[in-house]
Amino acid sequence: MTKFAKAHPDMDFRLMVKKAYDYAMADVPAIKTRDIDSSRISYFSDHFTRQLKAASMVQDYLGLNPKDSRRIEWGGATGGQCIQAGWETVASGRSDVCLVAGFETMSRVETWKGNEFIALASDTNFDYPVGGFYTGYYALMVQRHIYKFLRKTRFAGIKDEKMAQEMATREAMRIMAMVSVKNHMNATANPYSQYPNKLTVDDVLKSEMISYPINRQSICTMSDGAAVLLLASEDVAFKYTDKPVLIKGVGCGTDTMRLADRPHGEVPRFPWEKKSDYENLDYPGVHSFRAGRAAALEAYKHAGIKDPKKELSFVELHDAYASSEIQTYEDIGLCKYGEGYDFVESGQPFLKEIDYKLDLKNKGIIPVNPSGGLIACGHPVGATGIMQGVFAFWELQNSIKKHFGNSTLQIKDAKRGLIHSHAGTGSSVTVSILEAVKHD
Amino acid sequence: MIKKFGKFKDVMKEIKKNGAALYEDPSGTEDLVISSPYQINYIHSYAEDSKFFIELTKGKLFGSKCRKCGYKYGTPRSHCMECGSETDWMELPLKGKVHSWTTCYFGSEEFLKETPFNLVLVEFDGVNTPFLSRLVGAKTEDIYIGMDVKAEFKKTPRYLVSDVYFVPVK
Ligand SMILES: [Zn+2]
Repeated sequence: MTKFAKAHPDMDFRLMVKKAYDYAMADVPAIKTRDIDSSRISYFSDHFTRQLKAASMVQDYLGLNPKDSRRIEWGGATGGQCIQAGWETVASGRSDVCLVAGFETMSRVETWKGNEFIALASDTNFDYPVGGFYTGYYALMVQRHIYKFLRKTRFAGIKDEKMAQEMATREAMRIMAMVSVKNHMNATANPYSQYPNKLTVDDVLKSEMISYPINRQSICTMSDGAAVLLLASEDVAFKYTDKPVLIKGVGCGTDTMRLADRPHGEVPRFPWEKKSDYENLDYPGVHSFRAGRAAALEAYKHAGIKDPKKELSFVELHDAYASSEIQTYEDIGLCKYGEGYDFVESGQPFLKEIDYKLDLKNKGIIPVNPSGGLIACGHPVGATGIMQGVFAFWELQNSIKKHFGNSTLQIKDAKRGLIHSHAGTGSSVTVSILEAVKHD
Repeated sequence: MIKKFGKFKDVMKEIKKNGAALYEDPSGTEDLVISSPYQINYIHSYAEDSKFFIELTKGKLFGSKCRKCGYKYGTPRSHCMECGSETDWMELPLKGKVHSWTTCYFGSEEFLKETPFNLVLVEFDGVNTPFLSRLVGAKTEDIYIGMDVKAEFKKTPRYLVSDVYFVPVK
């Protein structure tokens, strides 16, 4: 993978992917380009590249012609979907070895133009012209989440409705800031990250307000970057390496493009949840991501996971916003709906060995975004989900030290990791479960 | 003579002015960076959504109602997402409540000059889904979920969904 950066004017998308590809190939010397049967290549936006068939140009540049290839696009979940497309290619028997590669070159337009391109991934009849801005959409969603799950719990006793909502929002902002502190701090040990930083909750809260209540330090940025994975069938994997990682389960979910259309029904429950847990919870509305729940349900079933908190060693999830990280904890069953804020404060998603200068009682139960996540690593859309895959691969290979030059983020005896890629206000989500095969 | 810069910010300024610049990147290599504008005028038909936009110009707000299952859409869909049947147009009340809201201090380039602005999802009594709009005439500190709001319409229509916006009910 390349380091994610604000801009890479010295490399175009082909060279970025080539660098990531050469790094991966050098890491598995037994595998040669001739052994690769196919490729699945992802980037999100033709607006950013302004070069149609850019995936064909990557295929060409890597010298993979005339093999099977295609482009994968799925909004923010482009990278996660590309991994699953590669998995399908191998699992179906069509290929023994499939290259999964992704990139994005967002620096080619200025930030607010880039936001416009991203907002075109909302209904252009009914949503975009109102003020198309993704941070605004996620702010609408978290405001409702705060109302449902903090206003009605911690501030249930406050009679003045407006005051109760203000108090709940301030409380949520403090807790979202804790997530931002965690992810920026984790990234300080990740040399591939774009924005490693030692921040305090106050630093985050003082950062510029972008779309109330989401501020600058709680949002990922635009980036340039590329990442690749090599997928091989179980039959041939051991021919090339004695330390492969198994893709144990995949899941994918969807929801309406327009926020306004999200229905108000029942929660699709995990086996460990009871109907009585969610009496009167209009679901998903705009407060939760039904696509994330559907993706997790499928992936856990496929991987045979019955207790994710126990069976997973870490989670890399799509924290485009600190708010959506909290919402996602609930979708993927790290806690129940409504418990996301408590989950952060308990310390469970924080790494045990890192001092965040926060009072956390129960650190390291299930580390979330040990890499630093999108907030601190950056978000070159087509590469992001694959970056999560590369990070999880290194964690499960126990090779973080080799690739990062330090072992701060190496989770001891990491057995299983979950990667989660998310698009378009939650309109599409992938969850994949990776498992360690052999340890040193 | 093309100018060379060590900072990319300066490169961006220069290409806006003169169309091209050299960037000396940290590795010492020269990258040639040019400005490359792009403009398109799309021919966009609202097609099956057209009535909604036509009615806005008459000061009316329309959702839709499923012919078969009765599901009521605060933002119209011509086919029902619940059962797949066709929907009928349904006039919405001009008064509703804030279902969720935010104030945007930044935005996409197209809307940057309008910031700060408020986005609201408006819910209508007896209607299953809300409607996304702007809330005009209220500051961040005035807005709350459940607040009563009413629709107003732009005097000169632009034939966009933003021809309708909401204001607080005084
Ligand atoms: Zn219906």
